[in-house]
Amino acid sequence: MKYDVAVIGAGPAGLAAAISAEKHGAKVVLIEREDRLGGVLKQCIHDGFGLIRYGEKLSGCEYANRYIDILIERMNYGNIELKLKTFVSKVDKIDDGFNLLLSSRGKLENIKSEKIIFATGCRERTPKQVSIHGSRPSGVFTAGLAQYYLNINGQMLGKKCVILGSGDIGLIMARRLTLEGANVLGVYEAKDSPSGLTRNIYQCLEDFDIPLYLSHTVTRLHGRNRLEGVTISRVDQNMVPIEGTEEYISCDTLIVSVGLIPENELPKTLNVPLSKHTKGAIVNQYYETEVKGIYACGNALHVNDLVDYVSESGEEAGKFAAIRDKFEQEAVEVTFTSDFGYVVPQKIVKDTEPATFYFRTSKIRENVIVKVYDGDKEIFKKKYLNLKPPEMEKIKVPIDGVSEIRFVMEVIQ
Amino acid sequence: MINRTFTCIVCPNGCKLNVTASEDNAFIVTGNKCKKGIEFAENEILNPKRMLTTTVKTNFDLMPYLPVRTDNEIPKEKVFEVMSILRKTVIEKNIKVGDIIIENISNTGVNVIATMNTEEKRYG
Repeated sequence: MKYDVAVIGAGPAGLAAAISAEKHGAKVVLIEREDRLGGVLKQCIHDGFGLIRYGEKLSGCEYANRYIDILIERMNYGNIELKLKTFVSKVDKIDDGFNLLLSSRGKLENIKSEKIIFATGCRERTPKQVSIHGSRPSGVFTAGLAQYYLNINGQMLGKKCVILGSGDIGLIMARRLTLEGANVLGVYEAKDSPSGLTRNIYQCLEDFDIPLYLSHTVTRLHGRNRLEGVTISRVDQNMVPIEGTEEYISCDTLIVSVGLIPENELPKTLNVPLSKHTKGAIVNQYYETEVKGIYACGNALHVNDLVDYVSESGEEAGKFAAIRDKFEQEAVEVTFTSDFGYVVPQKIVKDTEPATFYFRTSKIRENVIVKVYDGDKEIFKKKYLNLKPPEMEKIKVPIDGVSEIRFVMEVIQ
Repeated sequence: MINRTFTCIVCPNGCKLNVTASEDNAFIVTGNKCKKGIEFAENEILNPKRMLTTTVKTNFDLMPYLPVRTDNEIPKEKVFEVMSILRKTVIEKNIKVGDIIIENISNTGVNVIATMNTEEKRYG
């Protein structure tokens, strides 16, 4: 069986990519390892999704459902095949595309596709990756896992909870656990500013008088079978714990919300170059990676804060995978100063159409102008009253005839 | 005499608002960059409201809990009361997204609706 486009992952990015590729004339296979569509949105019962796309505050589940309905309707045309409970074990480059080895319900199957879109999302950074000393008792969860247990299975995690990291899922879990009757003792963040969105700090913590401690981290776990407590320490500007500041807090649950990393294990086997800033693939404005025929979108490309942008990148990747028939290796490199956390896409192929860029500031800034230069020529500028690392910005930049693209940030005097 | 500071969450600007109110209930809001900040601050003090999202138990093996939300904001002080009603609720028949689970919960004039279908196509 030969497909035009194989989409891996049926979360918000993959759903949008599959629908869009099919609408642009491609024969599509959508591959999902779970038995349901929607990806992480299935467990995102909280609201605030779709504000940009629909002008409504939907729950994650409702947002996913809108795309699932469209997908099922488009499947009637016979050009989208859905493979649930199917895992992509291996991808090999062949002359006219790719060979995918699929594993499903104990059976192996080979399929061929001209192009692949990776919509594999991201994975949570684990407690092991933030080096906490002490024992390894039960009661330590990543925030997304805690969300899965509580929202999908209805399993309560504990009674006295400490949250490490102020990422959005951690903040949302602080509220969720409080509503379900747990006592959330505090959120501890090693950085000197919150990682989550302002509205989550306000509605998830301040509403319930949950304290947020900046420049603090968990340095030791206590307990043999179940967690009995944690040691908290203050950290310096380099996030190194300061000796003598240790404080013991009795608790039975630690929720760790310390960041997300784009999932790119398969692209690595295909030698897709990754960005050290985003940990996702390096792409051009068509969401195509530096390997011909491989596209990336959603959180597999870079971790987004709003699902609306995830769907948008899926739609774009799906469209371009369906309609593009040439692969240009010649591209202009996008560079940026250390004022930026990252800029996506990282490369620009010559085109007359303006290109959409997503960027994050590297730290909190007020009253700045973001400028884009082609050599000495300013091709774009925009004023910002506020830029915060947790809040991604989107801009459209004219790129017709550019020989260089350089992002800079200037403070307004 | 009220004197409170909080972060405006109407837009991403996140203005740090300071609200003072005198005895005759006239509000003085400072720190806002637009009019929406004043409205937000007044509502937060006089009648704070929140959306509530949670899950309710079902009789279905494939989906033991169904996600639900209020279809509008409810008074903040009723959040835990509504939670305790929903904790006792069990879904016994199939439900579609948007179906009302409980009408006019706690006399708020707000309904609790499902945010997922109980019946989902599954394979294998």
